Amino acid sequence: MDLTTAIQTAANAGAASCMYAMIAVGLSLAFGVMQMANYAHGEFFMAGAYTVYAMYALGGMPYWAAIAAGAGIVAVLGLAVERGIFRPTRGNVLAGFMATAGLAFIIQVFVGEVYGWGLMRYIPKPYMIPFEFLGASVDFTRILIIPAAVASIGGLIFFMRRFKLGQALRAVAQDPEIASIQGISIGKITALAMGIAGGLAGFAGGLMSTIYAVTPTLGHQVILPAFIVVIVGGMGSVEGAVLASVIFGFAHTFVTTVFDAVVANMVVVAIMAIVLIIRPQGIMGRVAV
Amino acid sequence: MSQFKQGHITWLLPLIIGLCIMPFFVRTYTVEVAILFFTYIILAQSYRLVNTTGDWSLCHYVLFGVGAYTTGLLSKSFGIPIWATIPIGGAIASLVALAIWQPLIRTKGFGFFIASYALGELVRLIWVKVHNPFGGPRGIIDIPYPPMVGPVDFSKPIPYYFMAMGTMLGMLYLMYRIDQTRLGDSWKAIHSDPRLAASMGINVRNYRLMAGMTGAFFAGIAGGLLVHRLGAVDPRVFDIISMVYLVIWVVVGGTTTFWGPILGVSVMQAVFEATRPLLEIRPAIFGSILIVFLIFLPDGLDDAIIRIRARFSSRIRGQPT
Repeated sequence: MDLTTAIQTAANAGAASCMYAMIAVGLSLAFGVMQMANYAHGEFFMAGAYTVYAMYALGGMPYWAAIAAGAGIVAVLGLAVERGIFRPTRGNVLAGFMATAGLAFIIQVFVGEVYGWGLMRYIPKPYMIPFEFLGASVDFTRILIIPAAVASIGGLIFFMRRFKLGQALRAVAQDPEIASIQGISIGKITALAMGIAGGLAGFAGGLMSTIYAVTPTLGHQVILPAFIVVIVGGMGSVEGAVLASVIFGFAHTFVTTVFDAVVANMVVVAIMAIVLIIRPQGIMGRVAV
Repeated sequence: MSQFKQGHITWLLPLIIGLCIMPFFVRTYTVEVAILFFTYIILAQSYRLVNTTGDWSLCHYVLFGVGAYTTGLLSKSFGIPIWATIPIGGAIASLVALAIWQPLIRTKGFGFFIASYALGELVRLIWVKVHNPFGGPRGIIDIPYPPMVGPVDFSKPIPYYFMAMGTMLGMLYLMYRIDQTRLGDSWKAIHSDPRLAASMGINVRNYRLMAGMTGAFFAGIAGGLLVHRLGAVDPRVFDIISMVYLVIWVVVGGTTTFWGPILGVSVMQAVFEATRPLLEIRPAIFGSILIVFLIFLPDGLDDAIIRIRARFSSRIRGQPT
């Protein structure tokens, strides 16, 4: 691998890391706050991408407006899932998880029936200029996710450390019972967590819509990596999810460049298995999963 | 216990007799569907065996595939007869489970679901990646049908139907016995209270591992039975979507009693056949059924039947519920 390819791959790896961080942080946050895993999180990502397709490619609205709308719509979807599925199945991880798997089927069919199955949707790139760096040229739209991820995840971490509501999020994740004694409404906090999770996934989906093949089964491709990232990083840990995303993004992208995507998937699953054997709670998790 | 069993004979016997005369009066298509149905019953029942410890693994369908691949390869490449390949397929599936369970056993709950999903996917990716001997993404084709035995040609649907039914009944009997023994009770104890079970001298790790391996063995048998009828196997069949369908069967049927998964497969396969015209939106129908069950009937149909029966009999006897 020569230097140019290496730089190009590193840039792609950075973009992939940021994308998985945006997906996995929400997943991990929601898990930490309510001990519920959302299988339909990949479909949230897909819904964000389809919003950009519908509003920007079909509707001719500005690119950034479409992305913002996608994040908003998916955040509302997250709230609906919290209210409609996670609250009734509270305390039963399996029921919540499998019910969202059912929801994933429903969202896929809905999108497929409305926008068509089969062929990928073409979304024109808003910025055709390549991004030049040390002789390597990288797609500018792909690079855009890096500042977006840094800003949104940095903002989330800042919010969780400095704001009362964000601290309440962390309190509920640590001990829901004590948190509710302190007057924190658990229902409000879980809704907030699902809203943030949905918003981040929709935002990432919108940003990546011009790069990925946008099909109804798009969510299927990102959900397993996102779950692996959450496990490796430590369930419920936002910082761990970010760290694991970077490991995952670089390992996956470099192995894909050198070998192929199938080998890359095998490598990351193997990394997960090794982490589980050595440190079952994940890199930054507090308790074993 | 024996009384419990005698009660079942009264409705099991007519059912089996019905299944014995059924293939002579229906179309070949129905016979083929019934053969699939028998393998799915073994599969769902073996899944319940793993679930009794509280471990809802998401790699069970892949272990079913391990049985299918092993059986297919052995009979195609080495010409080993079907009577030997199917048990070997079960044994290999069990060994693969032994390997997969090493990291898995360190996890529980959500971590267990995801890790089992990922490790199952790893096995499936090996099939996709390795062309020799697994055939890569296209899988294995031209797997030989079972041979003639005396005057009976097992490659024909009706003899195969009886072979599949016999295997199913045999496996169900074995699984029923395992469920009723101390082993089965230990698994259930792990599910209801792992710490209490450990303090009673049950080695939770070993028993979870044993449940995984036993379930995998029966899943492998089911896989072998399937592949000899289909004559081909391909890695796409064993992805997470099929796994979710398996979960739907077991969730709908319930795992409270031994009969739950059988009920679940029967009901959901009937829905599956009935929704053939709605092919495109079928996943949404199944997804909705899954959500409705998990929210309103989380213990499945068998538990609902038990509760209705209890209310009914208490009303007759005039006892409070």
